[in-house]
Amino acid sequence: MAKDEQDAVGRRKFLSGAAATAAAMVGNTDDASAGQDSEEQEHGHEHQTVPADIALRVKALESVLVEKKMVEPSELDAIVDLYENKVGPRNGARVVARAWTDPEFKRRLLESADEAIAEFGFEGPHQEHLLVVENEPNVHNLVVCTLCSCYPWSTLGLPPVWYKSAPYRSRAVIDPRGVLEEFGVELDADVEVRVWDSTAEQRYMVLPERPPGTDGMSEAELEELVSRDSMIGVAKLEASTARGDA
Amino acid sequence: MNGIHDMGGMDGMGPIEREANEPVFHAEWERRVYGLMRATGRWTVGRTRVGFRWAIESIPAKEYLRISYYEKWFAMLTTRLLRAGLVTEEELDSGQAATGQRPRLYARESSEDVSGEPDPSPRFREGEPIRVRNLHPRGHTRLPRYTRGKIGIVFKQRGVFGLQDTDEHGISLGGRRQEVYTVRFGAQELWGERGGTSDSVYVEMWEDYLEPV
Repeated sequence: MAKDEQDAVGRRKFLSGAAATAAAMVGNTDDASAGQDSEEQEHGHEHQTVPADIALRVKALESVLVEKKMVEPSELDAIVDLYENKVGPRNGARVVARAWTDPEFKRRLLESADEAIAEFGFEGPHQEHLLVVENEPNVHNLVVCTLCSCYPWSTLGLPPVWYKSAPYRSRAVIDPRGVLEEFGVELDADVEVRVWDSTAEQRYMVLPERPPGTDGMSEAELEELVSRDSMIGVAKLEASTARGDA
Repeated sequence: MNGIHDMGGMDGMGPIEREANEPVFHAEWERRVYGLMRATGRWTVGRTRVGFRWAIESIPAKEYLRISYYEKWFAMLTTRLLRAGLVTEEELDSGQAATGQRPRLYARESSEDVSGEPDPSPRFREGEPIRVRNLHPRGHTRLPRYTRGKIGIVFKQRGVFGLQDTDEHGISLGGRRQEVYTVRFGAQELWGERGGTSDSVYVEMWEDYLEPV
């Protein structure tokens, strides 16, 4: 996407970029190409390159809103800290490990996840209506949001980039088995695949199958086996699985 | 709207690219965009209030596919603040407020029903076949294109929720409260021979999207 030079972002460029973006946003697309005047930044991965002036434009917006006393920087810090450091897939892993070890909890979780999960007292707002769907030997569940990026924030935190990306969103509904293969999950032909497209207020989390060979393990040990991807439905778990994702 | 965002079932988007040990945010500006989005919604109450999903979907298609997720959020954020009259383009350009005057904060509308009227009864039963109406609204809708005209089975009644759809300018259509259903579609009903014989897709649908078979 970036084709421009590595020069310092001049005032003029900053202004034209911001104006073009604003114009594009309100539906005037004629001048949108001006917003492509950008340079590439390395973030250690290739699929999310960023024009340099976005950082300046965000800073400009925050300054204006702070000056108008509409937001406090510390308020933003607290919101970010919650999802960067406190709420994430470890929440979901705790829920899964308990469901594996406590049949009564599992029954309540599948019946009414919001109430069952309230017992954990996770931090953050709980505006979600969560539905937990269970993987079984002959049923595999997969979660997607084809229209946007809906995701169970309170148990999994914020979604990874691939979940919000066009390749996953476009294909998960029409070719779930192909998507799963890409993630290294091979399903037998007789396994039923259920794809859950998060279009309304309900959010979905997959209860993965408890891996074989884990009979003697404690709830805390089991929790360590549960990956984020298994709760989206793009991974199956093994007793030896090291937790490879956040 | 029949926009690029409504991409369920499309080919040609390329392989899924994953990042090992992906951080929650990739840059400080992404953190600020996320925080600003969450912190500013209350200010649009009582003003021209365009839906945030509408604002993302209104990004021109070629831009939508080019820019990153949080760039879309920044676009959406500025659209909403501009439309609400809370900031001006001059302020966004200069990074300086034209006035230090704090705008008036209006009370948030309740998302619950305040009319005192009982919830409407669901029109469709669990297990009942339905057809998705062939709707092509110009505004925001939660009805994915790939389901339109298709026949599914009501899997569950999910309770009463306000409709989230907007008009073509992003303004709520009134949030009419109605039953939302989880509808199960056989994969072959949606995708013909490309669908797995035993596979299915579950989609939540407001009652307005459905008609009896």
